[in-house]
Amino acid sequence: MKDVIIIGAGAVGSFIARSLSRYALSVLVIEKENDVGDVTTMANSAISHSGYDPVPGTKKAIFNVAGNKMMPEVCKELDIPYGKVGTLTVAVEDEQLPMLQELLERAKQNGVKARLVDAEELKKMEPNINPEAKGALLCPEGGIVNPFLLPVRAMENAMDNGVELHLNEEVTGICKDNDHYVVTTNKEKYEAKVVVNAAGLHSDDIAKMIEPISWSILPRKGEYYVLDHYAPGLVNHVLFPLPSAKGKGVLVTMTTSGNYLVGPSSEVMEDKDSVSTDVPTLENVKAQAMMLVPKIPFNQQIRVYAGVRATPSTHDFIIEPSKKYADFINVAGIESPGLVSSPAIGEYVATKLVGAVLPLKAKSSYKKTVKPYVNPLLLPLKERNELIKAHPEYGEMVCQCEKVSLGQIKDVLSRSVPCLSIKALKKRTRAGFGKCQGGFCQPQVVRLLAEHYHVTPLEVLYDKPGSSLVKEEVKKEAK
Amino acid sequence: MINKDLVIIGGGSAGMAAAVGAYDHGVKDILIIERSPFLGGILNQCIHNGFGLTEFKEELTGPEFAYRFIEQVKARNIPYVLDSTVTSINRDKVVVYTNAKEGVVEVQAKAIIMATGCYERSAGAIGIPGDRPAGILTAGQAQLFLNEYGYLCGKRIFILGSGDIGLIMARRLTLEGAKVLGVAEIMPWSNGLNRNMVQCLYDFNIPLYLSHTVSKVVGKERVERIEISEVDAHMKAIPGTEQSFNVDTLILSIGLIPNNDLLNSISCTMSRTRGAIVNEHFETDIDGIFSCGNVLHVHDLVDNVVAEAREAGKGAALYIQGKLPREDQVIACLAGDGVGYVVPQKIVLDESDDNLLFKFRVKAPSKNVFIEYAFNGEVIKRVFKPVIIPSEMEIESLPKNLLKTNQGTLTVSLKAKEA
Repeated sequence: MKDVIIIGAGAVGSFIARSLSRYALSVLVIEKENDVGDVTTMANSAISHSGYDPVPGTKKAIFNVAGNKMMPEVCKELDIPYGKVGTLTVAVEDEQLPMLQELLERAKQNGVKARLVDAEELKKMEPNINPEAKGALLCPEGGIVNPFLLPVRAMENAMDNGVELHLNEEVTGICKDNDHYVVTTNKEKYEAKVVVNAAGLHSDDIAKMIEPISWSILPRKGEYYVLDHYAPGLVNHVLFPLPSAKGKGVLVTMTTSGNYLVGPSSEVMEDKDSVSTDVPTLENVKAQAMMLVPKIPFNQQIRVYAGVRATPSTHDFIIEPSKKYADFINVAGIESPGLVSSPAIGEYVATKLVGAVLPLKAKSSYKKTVKPYVNPLLLPLKERNELIKAHPEYGEMVCQCEKVSLGQIKDVLSRSVPCLSIKALKKRTRAGFGKCQGGFCQPQVVRLLAEHYHVTPLEVLYDKPGSSLVKEEVKKEAK
Repeated sequence: MINKDLVIIGGGSAGMAAAVGAYDHGVKDILIIERSPFLGGILNQCIHNGFGLTEFKEELTGPEFAYRFIEQVKARNIPYVLDSTVTSINRDKVVVYTNAKEGVVEVQAKAIIMATGCYERSAGAIGIPGDRPAGILTAGQAQLFLNEYGYLCGKRIFILGSGDIGLIMARRLTLEGAKVLGVAEIMPWSNGLNRNMVQCLYDFNIPLYLSHTVSKVVGKERVERIEISEVDAHMKAIPGTEQSFNVDTLILSIGLIPNNDLLNSISCTMSRTRGAIVNEHFETDIDGIFSCGNVLHVHDLVDNVVAEAREAGKGAALYIQGKLPREDQVIACLAGDGVGYVVPQKIVLDESDDNLLFKFRVKAPSKNVFIEYAFNGEVIKRVFKPVIIPSEMEIESLPKNLLKTNQGTLTVSLKAKEA
């Protein structure tokens, strides 16, 4: 019998696991994908929103502001790239200026530092901004965060503190049996005292396994462009247009890896699992982005992607026990600003909701940090040299575009969260994330994964089962 | 910090030939830095033949061609390091590289030659519509998997783009038992060498769809199906022209891009085609830093790469020996009507040679045209071309004595033959 089963290992599930790992509880996380943070968590704008935008008093506002306050410390503890670069919400027409004033008021109500900047100051802060821009709302506490590492490292920390993770396992049924739940997956049956539903896009499907629900998840797709490491200074802040009913609009931002993101679109759709992109939508994203920054170097484009937001029909985060049972907790509809909210949601769910039904006894063995990660390129030359002399694998470069060494790859393969696929390795190390998109290093990455897991390259997956890169070995007899 | 007269970054065909060129012009204190475990670069995965017709007057495979140059490097005892990655350079010509054996090495060079080649444009770079499953590879990546690692990337294959590597891979994959269902090319003409069209597509009955592009990829985990569509004059897919192919793999041969991260990191001036702007000695706008081969502009033939790189090596040697003019006055070379780009983009006009060599590509195929050189508005040379196509680089020499001063503009354009 587990104390807690968490369904879903996105940012939210991972941070709930991390917060619960402080206590003497047995916790199992069940994830249907082949990696943690593999759906909505990995395909978004990678922003640590300040919280000026959500309607005051909503859960979105509360958890966003709390999460953003936690983010610098969390990123330090978990060794995650983060930058408090500030956000600018830009008015490009005179008629939009009153809206900036409204947003400023909203920011004040939410307890978020903000001020208005006029056109002149805006141009100084952002030399590439649309020259027609009239002004902006500056939120200096907003920033950027690595969305790939956030769930991976939160889960690593949770697992180092005793949490168990099962990947590639899909929950197919849940039933209440007196004082506990029986959770059935495509592989096993488990018993747990408490179930936390953090199943993202499918959280409504999971919630319905227990009782009829009055809410649903309406998938809403966002398509993006990724630009290569461009000379710094295309933008110096996260640039938003004014928000609308459809969302925060098309933003232009740098990432923690020095790339630029342009997007997202906002498309209501039926299929929760489709992350396809299309030309008209992306063309529209481009046109909208150019309203903010007219000269975006789209010739530096290295990737397009789409993510699906788990938009709740209630328009606010659903973070509460089910109607019937205090020990079945729904954490659903965590759309934007979900990424930044996740550490705060994790704390709340662990201490307030799980804490209401289970005794929380702090573990003396709990460690809040992950073992530090080494990136030779971030070290001064002398220390880098000493590192390589001691561990030569840090001098052997596997990914040339992103300068990822063999040492870094072996490090992530040795950590507690399994790194089972090429994509999982890419998310952790950036190998294959650069301008050649794995053209040069992928065969070597396939070989390293095959060696590590004692399988043939034919069995190495790009992502989910069925996604191997190569189909057949040739010239076998000659080898 | 160690000192070297000349550091060459990249030990492929360009890097090796540049080293040979510099050595033969008197600079012997050279270091070649190569990222892979072998000299030879991409030639090592090009096991097909067709290399060396100009350089060696015989037909070699890629590894054989590389071997000839490795022998030339070894015969001169030119030092090189392998498995070594350059992590930074600066405008004062300090090169930092790293490898497992030496750790971090800083080299102060008198001159640097960039010979880092190019990389392939990826699916992400053109944003192919639809799903993003496994099974979308660049042609070079499929070639690397097959020829160096021994793995076939798929069994039913469609190829987007008629670049030479794509054509070569159409044949190679067919010979290894895969079915290549077709090649789509967005332009109304092929982008590969004629000989590759014939030997790799026509000889194997592989259909070529001109003015077509991939308009949709379908597949959850691995490619299951693709759609191609005819494109209009703006290269947009025309609705209603879709054709569907059940394939497990989509291979891309949609262009090569100079690999210029290092020069970009030190704000070297770049051309529209993403190579450095160089003079006739292949010196960039940064004093003593040279560029040649595919990192300068993408070549069709390695024979042209090595010829260019030897010249760059010579240029670097002259620079180190203090024999290159350091003058402000230069002639700007411009691509005129019908011409995509010109290398070199500027001329310092010193006395080292009698002839200037121009390389350029035309924007579209033409017949019965003149290549016209105009210096400060005055036509100084015309060359008649019965046929000229974008997939074949033009190399033309221009006697220096036709240029009367060392300032102004030289424009290379295409002119229709008067009726």
